[in-house]
Amino acid sequence: MFRYILRRLLQMVLAFFGTTLIVYALMFAGQTDPIQALAGERPVTAAQRAYLTEKYHLDQTGVGGFFYRYFDYVRSLLQGDLGQSLTGRQIGDILQQAWPVTVKLALIALAVAVIFGVTAGVIAGIRRASIFDNATLVLTLLVLGIPTIVLAPLAQYFLGVRWPVFPPTAGAEPSFYALLLPGIVLGSLSLATALRLTRTSVAENLRADYVRTARSKGLVKRRIVGIHVLRNSLIPVVTFLGVELGNLMSGAIITEGVFNIPGVGFNLFRGIRTEDGPLVVGFVSVLVVVYLVSNLLVDVLYAVLDPRIRYE
Amino acid sequence: MSDFETVASSENQAARRGPSGEPGAPNQVGVQKPRSLAGDAWRDLRRNPIFWISLVLVTVVTLMAIVPGLFTANDPQDCVLSRQNAGPSGGAIFGYDFQGCDTYARAVYGSRASLLVGALSALFTGVIALVVGMLAGYFGGWVDAVLSRVIDIVLGIPLLLAAIVLLKRVSTAGPNARITAVIFVLAVLGWTTAARVVRSSVITAKEQDYVAAARMLGAGNGRIMWRHILPNSLAPAIVVLTIALGTFIAAEATLSFLGIGLKAPTISWGQDIDTGRIHMRESSTPLIVPSAFLALTVLAFIMLGDAIRDAFDPKLR
Repeated sequence: MFRYILRRLLQMVLAFFGTTLIVYALMFAGQTDPIQALAGERPVTAAQRAYLTEKYHLDQTGVGGFFYRYFDYVRSLLQGDLGQSLTGRQIGDILQQAWPVTVKLALIALAVAVIFGVTAGVIAGIRRASIFDNATLVLTLLVLGIPTIVLAPLAQYFLGVRWPVFPPTAGAEPSFYALLLPGIVLGSLSLATALRLTRTSVAENLRADYVRTARSKGLVKRRIVGIHVLRNSLIPVVTFLGVELGNLMSGAIITEGVFNIPGVGFNLFRGIRTEDGPLVVGFVSVLVVVYLVSNLLVDVLYAVLDPRIRYE
Repeated sequence: MSDFETVASSENQAARRGPSGEPGAPNQVGVQKPRSLAGDAWRDLRRNPIFWISLVLVTVVTLMAIVPGLFTANDPQDCVLSRQNAGPSGGAIFGYDFQGCDTYARAVYGSRASLLVGALSALFTGVIALVVGMLAGYFGGWVDAVLSRVIDIVLGIPLLLAAIVLLKRVSTAGPNARITAVIFVLAVLGWTTAARVVRSSVITAKEQDYVAAARMLGAGNGRIMWRHILPNSLAPAIVVLTIALGTFIAAEATLSFLGIGLKAPTISWGQDIDTGRIHMRESSTPLIVPSAFLALTVLAFIMLGDAIRDAFDPKLR
């Protein structure tokens, strides 16, 4: 177990350096004039140019200079210093403000996925090939197939504008109710996957020997399903939802942009639109780290939850 | 597929003889021809309505991409501001959008870029996946170890975030360079799932008797991979790629929606959904029409791949 965690950690460090190197190289290396790119279309004075050249070590050229600047970037990233966005604000401050909103939204989405996905999945798994089962299969296929850029604006239009059940946009300091519709839209994809996973593993476990044993002991069906089957069926679902939490944090770009929720994804959405390079790189780097760490935690959790899985 | 077929068909013959045990039972019409795995799958597919619906949708949208003039007589670039958000008239069955362009014509012409990006990214993904999966599965050992770690790392990169960074590099490029860039990004980031599928089916295929037989006959590694293992591990890869084609179309639309994928003058559904979304309070059809086109196209490819996989997967039968 300890060796496994160690190996996964090493792998993660490798993936971290790999990804940040790619991000960094693509964003900043090979630019003809990085200082002008940083300033956008504004003119740069000689003094500013000299200051920025020294600040970002641009006087060092060649491959050595590139890696020098890259490690400089990684060092400040690890120290939590993300630099400034083009608007002059500290990227760390923007992130700090945006983070709670995104976490709130992700938790709502996750709750939607767990409550509806797992419940419907268990029912569909027990009543396999029934009308309910077939209906959920078709519905989940629809949800999995329809892209978020269709689902989010249409939900906003039909449930926010045409029939105003929910507020169409959230705005600053969003309430729980304003976050509900975006949460459902965001969670629907995980809901569909969680439903399918639960259904398959419940249907599989119902055929297992221990269920037959439990039945021959005379246990009532509710206890067999609720205690024996559920506990064994939820292992893959829990791991999936763990990975999904990482995905939801970074994957909310579209949903937050459409519903105007001032979270991480929204800031990234705006950063892309306004061509704010430093902000995009800073946010993407942090999100990649979140994604990698959540993947690691899930893998370890998997081993803890399921004693049958042994890592050498 | 020859060896697969003989195994499958001998089982089928045994099953078809039924209780009477006679090969030519009277209720069976015509000459008995051994059915292949593909034949069995086809028999299943023929009875599946989802397969037919998605096949028709895919055909229509492909036709639309090749000859958009068949579906609309209007020019999607012919935009007159005086018709802003005007209702349906003439050939414009869904009316006009915010810029005064024909909503329906734009949706029809939008299929070209989407399908082009989807099909080419799926093609390149397939090539990368086949090469990597074949090498990793066939040679095993350290080749497999290295390639599998590479797959792990690429799989660990979130697609949308990486695409954002990659595409920012070409933010000022022309329309053709943009299409190439989007295809490149999707292929580079999206090949991992297919490569894993190819790898596992190559591992199964290389243990088969016909591979041992070919090796005994003196065939080299290259010939065994190309002539014996490749044809037998192609089917699952094609299924995965059909589904991937759908997701690539969705990914392209998402990137264009964000403003970093395809840009005007290229017409794409993602962009039109974005502009439709902004003006949804004035008129909703410019949002709903491209959304419906995109959703149906993506769904059609995913359902088609799903139906073919169900038919080919003997475990589900």
